[in-house]
Amino acid sequence: MINIDITKKLKAYAGVQELRIKKDIAPGSIVRITGPSGAGKTTLLKMIAGLVKPDAGIIAVNNINWFDAEQNIDLQPQQRMPGFVFQDYALFPNMTVQQHLEYVTQDTEWINRLLAIGKLDSFTTHKPQYLSGGQQQRLAILRALSIKPKLLLMDEPFSALDVKMKMDLIGELRPLFKELGATALIVSHNPQELDGVADDELEIN
Amino acid sequence: MDITPIWLTLKLAGITTVVLLLLGLPLGWWLSKKRSLYKIITEAIITMPLVLPPSVLGFYLLLAFSPRHGVGQWLLDTFSLRLVFSFPGLVIASVIYSLPFMVSPVKSAFQQLPASLRQASLTLGKTEWQTFWHVLLPNIKPSLLTAIVLTFAHTLGEFGVVLMIGGNIPGVTRVASIAVYDAVERMDYPAANNYSFVLFAITFVLVISVFIYNKYQVKSPLE
Repeated sequence: MINIDITKKLKAYAGVQELRIKKDIAPGSIVRITGPSGAGKTTLLKMIAGLVKPDAGIIAVNNINWFDAEQNIDLQPQQRMPGFVFQDYALFPNMTVQQHLEYVTQDTEWINRLLAIGKLDSFTTHKPQYLSGGQQQRLAILRALSIKPKLLLMDEPFSALDVKMKMDLIGELRPLFKELGATALIVSHNPQELDGVADDELEIN
Repeated sequence: MDITPIWLTLKLAGITTVVLLLLGLPLGWWLSKKRSLYKIITEAIITMPLVLPPSVLGFYLLLAFSPRHGVGQWLLDTFSLRLVFSFPGLVIASVIYSLPFMVSPVKSAFQQLPASLRQASLTLGKTEWQTFWHVLLPNIKPSLLTAIVLTFAHTLGEFGVVLMIGGNIPGVTRVASIAVYDAVERMDYPAANNYSFVLFAITFVLVISVFIYNKYQVKSPLE
């Protein structure tokens, strides 16, 4: 179970607004996160990952406190190790597709399987600048999966994919999440994108 | 032509560049992170050699290195190290004088990298050091090369600070720029021309090489 009960003051054009999130998430579920631009969706994912510190509250994953303002607990991102797909992909320009995955794991079998899922097995020696937007996005997803995370935080992970590729990839990812026992929090602007896939929804206003 | 001043200049520039690389990388990385009052003050101090007349910097270093008091006296008493009118003194003065040429480009390069690169590496379980070594450093390579060459070229051309700290001792502190000045003083224009031409040629080749390299490399790898 993932328990989130946090607040964070966000700087906005019109002044300061408070982001308040309270949500319990069942393990293994896929949660769609929606809300208008600037509402704090990315900030929420970064707070869960330990990249941004909430002002107050608790984040607990499987009864382990990742963040607890009162008890002064704040685990480092390296201790939390969520699979994080960044909105800008955050691919490493100096590394090839293969090196991105080898930077994380030496498990060749797992790397090959991921490459097949992302349909990137023909592009292993390519650096990100030589990949299309959709290929870059798939690589970002594969890299996040390479650590075999129990929690996946995905910030608009399918925005650059065409409909067929998106459906194929989602179709492949769903059983993979189950196999890993991973819970996935997916920010999505497209209301239909995760229809029939998401088990739960978190709307941020 | 006595090539000792040229050799001494290259040796001084080489050692200064290596020392500044070791100092400038962590310093530039530290300064590129969130700003604080300490960092602003540190950056201002590092930038001072860019705006101070070299003679002013040389004068204060001469006072600081003086074996009659303070740090200079302590170094002489403890390590028998005399910095004034010596090659080690020249190296330290050059390091201080060329510090901004290494630190500023390195700092700017780190600042221009998207924050998400570092964040992605951390969420993959990598330490700050692994992130620095495998992700950040390789992606500032063109800027780092520019910083190295600029530092080297700038040290080649030092005059005021070198003259104040090192004087004009043949084989010890008489670098090429001093040799040019000395030759002109003696009205030996052919010798001055020889040293000047060698310095001009080396710096020109260095600068043009960086420009050519950067023409192909400086474009952001994210484009």
